[in-house]
Amino acid sequence: MAKIKERKNGKNGREEKVPELIGQSVPRVDAHEKVTGAAIFTDDLQFGPRLLHARILRSPHPHALIKRIDVSKASALSGVKAVVTGEDTPGYIGLYLQDRHIFCRGRARYVGDPVAGVAAVDEETAERALALIEVEYEPLPPVFDPEYGASPKAPLIHPDLGEYKVANFIFPKPETNVSNHFKIRKGDVETAWPRCAAIVERQYRIPHVQHAPIEPHVAVARWDESDRITLWASSQSPFAARNLIAKALGLSQSKIEVIAPYLGGGFGSKAGVSMEALAVVIAKAVKGRPVKLRLTREEEFYTTFVRQGLAAHFKMGCDKDGKLLAMENRYYWDAGAYTEYGVNMTRAGGYSGTGPYDVPNAKVDSLCIYTNHPVGGPMRGFGMPELHAGLEQCIDDLAHAVGMDPVEFRKLNCVREGDIIATGMTMHPIGLSECIEKAAQAIGWGHKAPPSAPASRKRRGKGIAIMWKAPAMPPNAGSSARVSLNEDGTVTVALGGQEIGQGSFTVMAQMAAAALGVPYDWVRIARPLDTQYSPYEWQTVASRLTWSMGNAVVAAARDARQQILDLVAEAWGEDPDDLDIVNGNVVSYKTEESRSLKDIVIYGLPKPNDQGWRGGPVLGRGSFMPTYVTGLDPETGQGPRAVVHYTTGAQAVEVEVDLDTGKVDILRGVSVYDVGRAINPEMVKAQMEGGLVQGISTALFERLKLKEGVVQNPSFVDYRIATSSDAPQHIEAIIVEVPQDDGPWGARGIGEHPMVPTIPAIANALYDAVGIRLDSPPFTAEKVYLAMVDAGIVK
Amino acid sequence: MSYHKITITINGVTDRVDVPSHMTLLQMLREKLALTGTKNGCAAGECGACTVLWNGEPVNSCMVLAVECDGAQIITVEGLAHDHQLDPIQEAIIAAGGVQCGFCIPGMLISARALLDRNPDPSDYEIRDALVGNLCRCTGYLRLIEAVKEAARRGEAEAAPA
Repeated sequence: MAKIKERKNGKNGREEKVPELIGQSVPRVDAHEKVTGAAIFTDDLQFGPRLLHARILRSPHPHALIKRIDVSKASALSGVKAVVTGEDTPGYIGLYLQDRHIFCRGRARYVGDPVAGVAAVDEETAERALALIEVEYEPLPPVFDPEYGASPKAPLIHPDLGEYKVANFIFPKPETNVSNHFKIRKGDVETAWPRCAAIVERQYRIPHVQHAPIEPHVAVARWDESDRITLWASSQSPFAARNLIAKALGLSQSKIEVIAPYLGGGFGSKAGVSMEALAVVIAKAVKGRPVKLRLTREEEFYTTFVRQGLAAHFKMGCDKDGKLLAMENRYYWDAGAYTEYGVNMTRAGGYSGTGPYDVPNAKVDSLCIYTNHPVGGPMRGFGMPELHAGLEQCIDDLAHAVGMDPVEFRKLNCVREGDIIATGMTMHPIGLSECIEKAAQAIGWGHKAPPSAPASRKRRGKGIAIMWKAPAMPPNAGSSARVSLNEDGTVTVALGGQEIGQGSFTVMAQMAAAALGVPYDWVRIARPLDTQYSPYEWQTVASRLTWSMGNAVVAAARDARQQILDLVAEAWGEDPDDLDIVNGNVVSYKTEESRSLKDIVIYGLPKPNDQGWRGGPVLGRGSFMPTYVTGLDPETGQGPRAVVHYTTGAQAVEVEVDLDTGKVDILRGVSVYDVGRAINPEMVKAQMEGGLVQGISTALFERLKLKEGVVQNPSFVDYRIATSSDAPQHIEAIIVEVPQDDGPWGARGIGEHPMVPTIPAIANALYDAVGIRLDSPPFTAEKVYLAMVDAGIVK
Repeated sequence: MSYHKITITINGVTDRVDVPSHMTLLQMLREKLALTGTKNGCAAGECGACTVLWNGEPVNSCMVLAVECDGAQIITVEGLAHDHQLDPIQEAIIAAGGVQCGFCIPGMLISARALLDRNPDPSDYEIRDALVGNLCRCTGYLRLIEAVKEAARRGEAEAAPA
């Protein structure tokens, strides 16, 4: 073998080198099976002829009492095997606030609320049975606006709010529609306003949008005669699904096995529990038979989590040099009928509610409001795209008001290492100002290219926006991993975080290979995820896997490595510190002896003279949980450490506006993020590109049109998402790396962040181009045109 | 419910299949033949995840009845590779980093293959136009567009005399 020249993994004071695999853009572990059609998604699983099909009867009313349900005719229909209602689901379910029943009991709170479920021999029969269920409703006055919902005159949507079980960092207000109120009180804004040279005060509204993964939600449940439950589900969070469903049904968690194959896009819509529990409850009524519930695309639009709406009020001021002095922001989140995640999004929107700025005086109120809209849930960015949309436009306005360039204004005020942020936490090392500089440079800030048509027809503009986002999760959300080795020396990594397209399996394989000392293509990720075999993982949300699950995988790989080195050291009579694993071989720096892992990791090593054996199958274990996140004062939002860390970044875009039609074209986009360390740079860039286009889609096209609580556009025809013709000609993705102290080789998450600043970057570019501001996205051609007419730009 | 016996060639293999009159080609592929590579994203002809080649033309298989396919030649994503050799468009999408969740990819590959079959050297506009019916929520499309360009270059290189 090649002579061993240098020691790779330092120990005992030797400097640790970053392994070569870290920072390499290796191809994805799942790419081949995904391009050949071999990758298995939940709907692809085959259950044979005993499979039953479920359909759900949903409330047609946004808010109503359910006076009577008669299922007798439906039950009598040939082919129907079971009909269930809220009678069968007395328990409450909910992640942070247990505020809903699996099927409605006594009251329906949105159009789409599940009222009854049918299992039948096929979908058509189940659908026919739904029409035979008689439900008597008594409509109640609805709430469709979060600010109205927060007012004392609004009807109560959850009269029992005071009785619900709730996490200790969420503060519902009984006898109101406020399910959480998070406050920041830092410094004193009232004494700061008179000292401001410029103050901007504005309001923005962000509509509900839908995640629209291309894979619809699907769940198959089987409840066997011994009350063991198996649930196959398109889930981002198999462990959370197990935990929440078990609690709601009064079962021990270990009674439920959740199996989660590849996920065809989640973006938050498949986190926690959305529709999976419906299938489980129906399956209980037909014990022993698997029951499949697959949502239609129409149901995807109005019955799965929507992104929360937001009514935002901003007031911010700076001194004559442009230094921010005060910010007073009030956020009313339209959480919809129930708040699986909404209460915690409200909290995240509160503690991050100043945006990534150093503001000495800050007052933020973030209120989660029940309405009779579809259920609000987490969506890529977890509240940050919504609040940054308005906040970053105000920052531009304030810069202009004080006569400063928006880029210079941001560089002056952006949060830096050592700043005391709004919650009182000291900011860790971050590269935000570098991100701003690079974004401005890449977009050609300050230079305006001529439009593609005369200025009377088209105008161009550039805009920039910055962002921050922390993983929003309980303080002690944990990860764990197992690393085992096979007879051929290859490695199997077992973990519980899902591959939802973001590339988690690939970076985990990279990190395991790097930590263990084997080639990347020797590593397999054990799949599908299965709560019976996979190690615990809190959830695949919050852009936390590379960091949190990565730490667990690296720990497990290092544990396995140490076991191997100790074994070989004993056998060779050497110090383990003189040994290493390089390219799948254990090597000695002292003797230059080398032996392949495959000879060691299962069968152990023989002692001399046939005197028995050493070792045995190697199994590494690792776990990670942040232990340092503290609580925050409920009145001031102050505490030593609100969050684990922030990922920050900047985006800039160049747009062209057609004066004849109002159409906005995104010509170019630049995304710059501080990811701590890019484990796989091309995959990081792919996140930045995909997130930017999803952000463009929400900026220009997307809005769930709700009329009296009814979604008017529940299809891809009427709810348009970005297509291949809408992607900009060019996106430049730039990686900044200021390492995270407790991330694997310094890594932080990047999944959600690329769509956070896109709406305001485009809005600021639109302002730069034609001088108009719209108070709500999407910036459709029609709205832009009419605003230009109002502004006198076109006649 | 009436059944029909059809003769259909899928990925080069000819079969006789009994199908109910209301069954779509997509349902037949996925539920009757367990060819689950072709995906069901909307069952309404809107997302393109179920795109297959029908006598060489890309169609949404959720919008075609199985009985209409009597005598037809169907190519699905499972039929793109030959003898373990990936189609150039499959290779190019992997190389370009164009795969994320992968759910739209089968339909995307079929639309791209159909484009390259009728136009071996498509422009950027022609590629975007050919893929416009295949929705992708993950990638932002640029790496997919790049992959089609790369597959076209490889196709040209192969077609060129040695």
